[in-house]
Amino acid sequence: MTTRHDTAAPPVKEGGAAPGRPPADAVSEQEVKRRAKLSRRWQRDVRWSPYAFVSPFFLLFVAFGLFPLIYTGWASLHQVELTAPTDMNWVGLRNYTRIFDDEFFWNAAKNTLTIGIISTVPQLLMAMGIAHILNYKLRASTFYRVAMLAPYATSIAAASLVFVLLFGRDYGMINWALDVVGIDPVDWQGDKWPSQIAVSTIIIWRWTGYNALIYLAAMQAIPQDLYESAALDGASRWQQFLHVTLPSLRPTILFTAVVSTIGASQVFGEPLLFDANKGASGGAEHQFQTLGLYLYEQGWVNQHLGRASAIAWTMFLILIVIGIVNYVISRRLRASS
Amino acid sequence: MRARIRTARKALALAAVASLGTGLLAGCADDGGDDSSGSSSGGKGKTTITLGLFGTMGFKEAGLYAEYEKLNPKIKIAENVVERNENYYPALLNHLTTNSGLQDVQAVEVGNIAEIVNTQAAKLEDLSKVSGVNKADWLDWKWQQATTKDGQTIGLGTDIGPMAICYRKDLFEKAGLPSDRAEVGKLWAGDWNKFVDVGERYKKNGPEGTTFMDSPGGLINAILSSEKEKFYDASGKVIYKTNPAVKNAFDLTAEAAEKGLVGAQTQFQPAWDQTIANNKFAAMACPPWMLGYIKGKSQPDAKGKWDVAVAPKSGNWGGSFLSVPKNGKNVEEAKKLVAWLTAPEQQAKLFKVQGSFPSAQAAFDSAEVTGAKNDMTGDAPIGEIFAEAAKQIPVQVIGPKDQIIQQGLTDNGVILVTKGKSAKEAWETATKTIDNNLDQ
Repeated sequence: MTTRHDTAAPPVKEGGAAPGRPPADAVSEQEVKRRAKLSRRWQRDVRWSPYAFVSPFFLLFVAFGLFPLIYTGWASLHQVELTAPTDMNWVGLRNYTRIFDDEFFWNAAKNTLTIGIISTVPQLLMAMGIAHILNYKLRASTFYRVAMLAPYATSIAAASLVFVLLFGRDYGMINWALDVVGIDPVDWQGDKWPSQIAVSTIIIWRWTGYNALIYLAAMQAIPQDLYESAALDGASRWQQFLHVTLPSLRPTILFTAVVSTIGASQVFGEPLLFDANKGASGGAEHQFQTLGLYLYEQGWVNQHLGRASAIAWTMFLILIVIGIVNYVISRRLRASS
Repeated sequence: MRARIRTARKALALAAVASLGTGLLAGCADDGGDDSSGSSSGGKGKTTITLGLFGTMGFKEAGLYAEYEKLNPKIKIAENVVERNENYYPALLNHLTTNSGLQDVQAVEVGNIAEIVNTQAAKLEDLSKVSGVNKADWLDWKWQQATTKDGQTIGLGTDIGPMAICYRKDLFEKAGLPSDRAEVGKLWAGDWNKFVDVGERYKKNGPEGTTFMDSPGGLINAILSSEKEKFYDASGKVIYKTNPAVKNAFDLTAEAAEKGLVGAQTQFQPAWDQTIANNKFAAMACPPWMLGYIKGKSQPDAKGKWDVAVAPKSGNWGGSFLSVPKNGKNVEEAKKLVAWLTAPEQQAKLFKVQGSFPSAQAAFDSAEVTGAKNDMTGDAPIGEIFAEAAKQIPVQVIGPKDQIIQQGLTDNGVILVTKGKSAKEAWETATKTIDNNLDQ
C-alpha cells in the first residue's frame, strides 16, 4: 500500500494530527462523519483521477485502433464485398488457409522483404555517415540539418512523381546518364530488380535524413572526454568512430532498426505511385507489389473486404513475429555489452 | 473549502473527458441526416442541390449551372469534384451502402454502371418517369446500360465515347499510305485484322523510330469495345476466358506487339504522353475526348496534322451517367436538374465546350455537333464522323468487373509481349491475375 500523504498530512483548516489540536472527544460525531466522507472522496480522487486523465488517449485508441482491429478480424472470417459490407457470409478460416497457396501473397511478401533490405540497409549506413560528418564543427550546420530533413517533409506523391520521370525508360534522366557512360537503357518499371531498386531509392531518399538527425542527436550526447582520452591514447578518427561512437550509439541504432523494419513492412505509397494508372498490381508481373499494396488491391480495387482483412491480420502477425525477433536480438546485444 | 475546489476541478476534468469522448463517438456516428441539411439550405429560402462528380465533366465550365439557376431562381447548384474515378468510386460505394455522405446527384462512370445497376439499384431513384425524360432521346444501348432487369433506369446518360481512328496524315504519307480519310477508312473497313495488316505496311516504309499504333492497351481496348459480348454473357456469367472474341482480340494485339507495330507503352503514363509530344506513333483509337487529350500533350506544330477515319468496327470508350440517391435531401429537385442537364440541348452545349460527345441521338443533328471542328484535325468534320460511329456501336453486354478484367488483359497481359514474352505466357499471367482478382 502506498502512503496517502494527502490524507495523512495535517490539513490547514481542520487541524489534524498536529500538536496542540483539541482532544478527540471534542469533535462532534457529525464532524467525524464529514471527515470520513472527505477522506473517502480524496481516496477515490487519488485512485481514479489518473485514469480519467489518461482516458482521452485510450478512448481514441479504442475507437480508432482497437475497434477497427477487432472488426477487421471479424470481417476476415467472412466473405464480404465492398458493394454490400453489411452482407457478411461466414467462411471460417478459409481466407487464411487460402493465403498459404496464394502465390500473389507470397510474391508480395518476398518483394516486401527484398525492398525492405535494399532500402533499409543503405539508408541506415548512409544516415550514420552523414550524421558523423554533421557532427564535426561546420559552418552553417543548421542549414545542413534542415536540408537533411527536407525530403522527409516532402509528400510521397510529389516525390514519387518526380522519381517516375527520372526513372523513365525512354525519356528518363537516369537512362540518359547511363547512355552517356555507354550503358544500355534499363527498364526501371518493367524489370524486377531495377524496379525494386527504383522503389527503394525513393524510400532511401525520403528517410535517410530523418535517421541521420536521430543519429546526430545521439552522437552529440556522447561526452567529449571519451574522444579526448581516446585521442590521447593515439586512436585515429576511424578508430574513435569504431570504438567510441558506435558502442555509445547502440540503443539508438537498435531503435532506428526497429522503426525502419516496421516502416519497411508497411511500404505502400512509393510502389503504388511508382506505376500509377496500373491500379495496385505493382507492375505487369507484380514485380514490386508489396504486402501493403496487395492488401489495398484486394480491398479497394477488387473490393474483397474479407480477403483484405485476412491479409491485414496476417501482416499483423508477421509484424509481431518480427517484433519478437527484434526483442530477442536486442536483449542478446545488451547482455553482451 | 479545499474539498469543494477539488471536486469542482474534478468535475471539470470529468466533463472535459466526457465531452471529448462523446465528441469522438459522435464523430463516428452516422451523419447522413443532419450533415446534408446544413448544405441543402442555401440561405434566403434557396435550395442548394449538390452534385458529386469526378474528373472534368464540364457542366460548370459550359455554364450550365448558371443557366439553370437563372431559369430556376430558387435553386443553387454546388458541385463536389474528385479528380480520379478510382478514388471517387469506392467512396461512392461506401456512401451508398451506409446511406450517408451522399450528394443529391452522383455521377457514375460507364465502367462502374453495371456494378451499380446490379448491386445498388435499390438505393437510387428511377429516373425514367421524370417529366421531360424521353427514352427515345438516348442511344438505346446507353439507356439500357443504366436500366435494371425489372425496368428501372437509375442513371441518365451524359456523354459517350464513340471510337474512330485518329491518324497522322504526314506520317501516313511518309509510309506510302493514303492519307485521305475516306480511303484510309477503306483500308481496314470491317476487320481488325486488316487494321494490323496496314500496320505492317506502315512498318515497312514508315519513318524510323515510330510505330503504327500508340500502345497494345489502346488496340485491345478498341477491338474489345466493338464486340457484342466480351467478358460476361447475357445471363451475367463471366466468360472472358472461353469467349473466342476475347482470345482473338488478345492474340491479334499480341501479334501486333510481337511485330513491333505498337509502342511499348501503357496509356496515360508520363512516358506515353511523351510519345504523343514526340510524334512517335501514327495512329490511335480515339473517342472525341481523346482529341482534347492529344492537344494537351502535343507540341504546337502538330496542329492540323491529324485526321479522323472510321474504325474497322465501332465501339464505345468512356462516358458517364447521373444518378439521384433516394437518401438525398432534395430528391425531387435533383431529378429535375438531372433531366435538364442530360437533355439533348444541354448535351450539345457540353460537347461544344468540353468535347464530351452527346449520348442523346437527338443532339446529333444540332449545329454544335454537325459543325464541330478541332484544332488538331483541321477541317475534318469530326462531329459527323463520330455521330456516324455512335450509331454503329453494338449493344454490348457489360458486367460489374469489366474494368478489372480488361486491366488484367492489358497491364498484366499484352504489355508483356512488348517486353519479349510470348503471347501464351502473357495470356497465362493475365488470366492468373484476373482469376485471383475476381475470386471473392
